[in-house]
Amino acid sequence: MTPFLAQAQPWISFDVKGLAEQFWNNTVDGLALGGIYALVALGYTLVYGVLKLINFAHSEVFVVGAFATWLTFYGLGFRAGATPDLPIAEIILFLVVAALAAMAASGGTAVLLERVAYRPLRKRNAPRLVFLITAIGASFAIQQTLRLFFGLNQQPQIRLLQPEPLFRIFGAPVTNVHIILIVAAVLLWYVADYFVNRTRLGRGIRAVAQDPDTATLMGVNKERVIVITFLVGGLLAGAAALFYMMRIPQGAIYNGGFLLGIKAFTAAVLGGIGNLRGALLGGFLLGLVENYGQSLFGGEWKDIVAFVVLIVVLMFRPTGILGESLGKARV
Amino acid sequence: MLAAAATLALGACAARDQGSSSGNTTGSAAAPSQAADAANPRGDGKAVCSGVSIAYAGTINGASAALGQNILRGADLAVKQHNEANPNCQVTLKQFETEGKPDKAPGVVTQVISEADIIGVVGLPFSGESKAAGNLFNQAGLVTITPSATNPALANNGWKTFFRGMGNDAVQGPAAAKFLNETLKVNKVCVIEDDSEYGTGLAATLTQALGSKASCTDKVKTGQTDFSAVVNKISTENPDAVFYSGYYPEAGPFAQQLNDKGVTAKFVGPDGVKDPEFLKGAGAGANSAYFTCPCVPEDNFRDFTAAFKQVEGADPGTYSPEGYDVTTILLKGIDSGIKDRAALLNYVKNYDGQGLTKKFKWNDKGELSDTPVWSYRVENGRIVNNGQIS
Repeated sequence: MTPFLAQAQPWISFDVKGLAEQFWNNTVDGLALGGIYALVALGYTLVYGVLKLINFAHSEVFVVGAFATWLTFYGLGFRAGATPDLPIAEIILFLVVAALAAMAASGGTAVLLERVAYRPLRKRNAPRLVFLITAIGASFAIQQTLRLFFGLNQQPQIRLLQPEPLFRIFGAPVTNVHIILIVAAVLLWYVADYFVNRTRLGRGIRAVAQDPDTATLMGVNKERVIVITFLVGGLLAGAAALFYMMRIPQGAIYNGGFLLGIKAFTAAVLGGIGNLRGALLGGFLLGLVENYGQSLFGGEWKDIVAFVVLIVVLMFRPTGILGESLGKARV
Repeated sequence: MLAAAATLALGACAARDQGSSSGNTTGSAAAPSQAADAANPRGDGKAVCSGVSIAYAGTINGASAALGQNILRGADLAVKQHNEANPNCQVTLKQFETEGKPDKAPGVVTQVISEADIIGVVGLPFSGESKAAGNLFNQAGLVTITPSATNPALANNGWKTFFRGMGNDAVQGPAAAKFLNETLKVNKVCVIEDDSEYGTGLAATLTQALGSKASCTDKVKTGQTDFSAVVNKISTENPDAVFYSGYYPEAGPFAQQLNDKGVTAKFVGPDGVKDPEFLKGAGAGANSAYFTCPCVPEDNFRDFTAAFKQVEGADPGTYSPEGYDVTTILLKGIDSGIKDRAALLNYVKNYDGQGLTKKFKWNDKGELSDTPVWSYRVENGRIVNNGQIS
């Protein structure tokens, strides 16, 4: 009886009315989640720009930040359940503490990862494929370590900031959390962009991205540049983890970074990997497309829509929407 | 030691409160009281056996672990009570972790089958893993009684070793529809299903029973955490109730995000959502939630609940009494002198007796005829009994 009924249901819908009705709601939510994709995508893009390496363990760098956020809340004495009613000043203070903890944890993990997993390979001039396999291995190692300590289930949600609608755009409520997520993503992207394009250290990153050997001859400390690149990516992932936990407080789970990491990587490729602006654009775009796609085709198409869009874009622009490369003039 | 065991058994008997059908303290609807003739794992204390084991196979620390822990603790209590009362028949309860995953279960089940001393199995708890591994048990002739897998199609596979210790979703779906119609009196329901065997099967029977009232449906995925698109859909559809056909790890964030969006529809979940973990996961989103469940409330099973708390160090939860009941049936088979799988399978097939939760007598497909479905609601941060639906 059951299989028969399942067959009777349409396997895909084209709910244009639903798409139109939920458009602005989906836009607001999509931008908020897209901001998180963008922040994680920056980490993929930076490392790719400098090392031509897809750091698949970056998703776990992110998840370590999510756990650090949860542990900070827990350590501050909060427990799972309803969101407590706190004065604004305390919420901000606790969130800043959690942000620092998450950024420290993620940044530390990223640097450690570089030191333990990638530097020994560079010393031995290992082929690029070996780096890739190592990245996947490192990803598993961190994931299983988290699983060992925290188990297979999500940590019970602890949330400090209750989303409250502040105003409406075409009927769609925009909450304080939406605003924080979107503004923070743009702000942190701007800081990262400024850092890479306007500072001395950033010049070093661009130099190594363009031509590592010449940069070394010109007196750039390549090893230091690489560590800094990983650190910046990790810090951004840590910040992204805090914002993610503000929106989805159930996010601290050992494999919670896997799908999000793939999405963020997709966002980076969509915008043009190695390109900071591309990461931001790709992140927002992916967040939107996912939500619109779900309204149009149904909830089970969430992930498929995202990847189909990636494939279509790459068919026409193989280097992504804004083109690749950190070192080229486009940045 | 013998004397101590006897005293304990006597004490438990003396504490039994058989006349308490009313006056429960939680202020909830009347729950069934313990039947006087409910099978007791202690038996007569004179059983003789050696070297036999039964197994629990299912999630222990894996997906939706809380549901598995409830059952495992119920089974563990039955075995401990049995062994305490029967010094000459010490049965081992072996535990096997399937993580609740259909792709992992067959490997674990193969291992269960390979251990010759295991002659009966409590499990598997979930429908997806049961579908994946059920035929292995059937081929090995190893009897299984699931205390929680509710997908109706499981009984149609011709597995001679499959027995179900409660009502299936062909019972729960219509019961949930009745609950929505008659108790909550809703006119429009959004039925949201996950991608599991259990979630899709239950949603199908429910939407069929609801008919035109189930005017909005959508699907989500196991492991999903961001539900914004589905929540937005529900928010524009503005239903009276949302039924989430799935498990609690996704139901938690889903209910929370519905609540954040200002959706005031009543949130209703099935047995897979009915767990205190859901309340933790959903925060304020769980405050007005309801549940349907083929599980029987343990409110009045007082000596069971007291013993459970004492031995297991936790409150009994969804399907703990059912886990206890089905384990008791296997233990009674062993006490009757059975030493091998074929005889125990035969024993279960012909079993006819009262348990804590209901009468156990299976038809040739392994389904019970006595299949009560109960409703529950959230009150002051706890899940309480809201009365029997059917």
